[in-house]
Amino acid sequence: MDIELMINSFPKLLNATLITLKLLSVSLIVGLFIGLGFAILRMNNNKLINKFAYGYSYIFRGTPLLVQIFIIYFGLGQIEYLRTTFLWVVLKEPYWCAIIAFSLNTGAYTSEILRSAFQTIKPGYLEAGRSLGIPSKIIFTKIQIPIAIKQSLPAYGNEIILMLKGTSLASTVTLMDLTGVAKYIISTTFKPVEVFIVAGGIYLFMTFIIHNVIKYLEKKYGFQT
Amino acid sequence: MELLYFGDKGWGDELFFATLMTIAVSITAMIIGFLFAALFTPLKLSSNKFLNTIGNAYTTVIRGVPELLVIYLFFFGGSGAIMFVASIFGYNDYIEINAFLTGSFSIGIISGAYSTEVFRGALQSIDKGQFEAAKVLGFNKYIYFFKIILPQMLRLAIPNLSNVWQITLKDTSLISVTGLVEIMRQSYIAAGSTRDPLFFYSFAAVLYLMLTFLSMQLLNRLETKFSKGY
Repeated sequence: MDIELMINSFPKLLNATLITLKLLSVSLIVGLFIGLGFAILRMNNNKLINKFAYGYSYIFRGTPLLVQIFIIYFGLGQIEYLRTTFLWVVLKEPYWCAIIAFSLNTGAYTSEILRSAFQTIKPGYLEAGRSLGIPSKIIFTKIQIPIAIKQSLPAYGNEIILMLKGTSLASTVTLMDLTGVAKYIISTTFKPVEVFIVAGGIYLFMTFIIHNVIKYLEKKYGFQT
Repeated sequence: MELLYFGDKGWGDELFFATLMTIAVSITAMIIGFLFAALFTPLKLSSNKFLNTIGNAYTTVIRGVPELLVIYLFFFGGSGAIMFVASIFGYNDYIEINAFLTGSFSIGIISGAYSTEVFRGALQSIDKGQFEAAKVLGFNKYIYFFKIILPQMLRLAIPNLSNVWQITLKDTSLISVTGLVEIMRQSYIAAGSTRDPLFFYSFAAVLYLMLTFLSMQLLNRLETKFSKGY
């Protein structure tokens, strides 16, 4: 056990954690909007729109995240037309490619979580709201949204943790996130166990915090439905 | 389409064997995962506090740390650990472990943590009366476990195990970083030598979609078979 290496690598790894957190938070926020959009499309009665939304989530949930990042980072640059547009400014940066891939991926999972949350709301609640003469906007914000949040919290908490682990794939497209720096230190010192303990410890600490925040929110929204 | 020709001209045969490799690694990893689950599920359910902590530590650590980090640990640390054990027995030469074994083992440990959780949940949701009745009727241990508890547990576990299978199948793409030639690695090689990454990575995505789709069909059939009689 090389304690000195563990102490020396800790600040470097902690610094890299910032990139991991940045990737995680940006892609979660973008992914939440994508997920909400596709969840609404999934509940649409039009068959074509419904199929499109289902296809999106099926493709992104059925392929590894690594393939998705590689298609976006290595693949899209091949299209000549894209290189001439403004999109190229975004797509040539590995950071933005990773964010696009993560957002689309978590968006697919989030749309499934939100769809099932909205569908489990008993119709009686909406009917009760309507028969009391409550405007539909308020029914949406004061009845549907709180129940949907309550229903989707446990699953969404898991999704956040999965996404935290997913950000480690950013290291495959040259980004120096927590896993990227950990791999760099391992390959220069050949001390995998020590680095794994420190980097894994940081990841576990983050999962622990996410887990507890979700638990607190579950308690807050823990009303009986 | 010429890129997919079999033989020397295209990458068809290479990708075909790479797909077989992905399937082989996934199945091996799944089986290794079951062995881990068989070991750790009793620990998680144990009333002994020490054993319980070991079981919980396994599932918490593995499920809380990125798969890639676990793979790096075994990839860089695996041969070192084996050489250390070998040196105790007086063997001091360099030992290199096979990429297939390292890959299946690291993915297996990850899949084992998920399987453990599935089996624990399934065992806990079997009606208590079943355990008690089997004991009261005086069945021996073999019948008690294999004929009464296991079939009920499998029925509850199979839907979740098919999720674990999906996760495992997708995780195998990560061991391409260790150089094992499976779908991802082969696409990387093909994309590098033809300068056509868009086509090959999209094709890899199609291969994965096919694998997940076909395995879902099979598993759904298994699920209906096991839930017979309910």
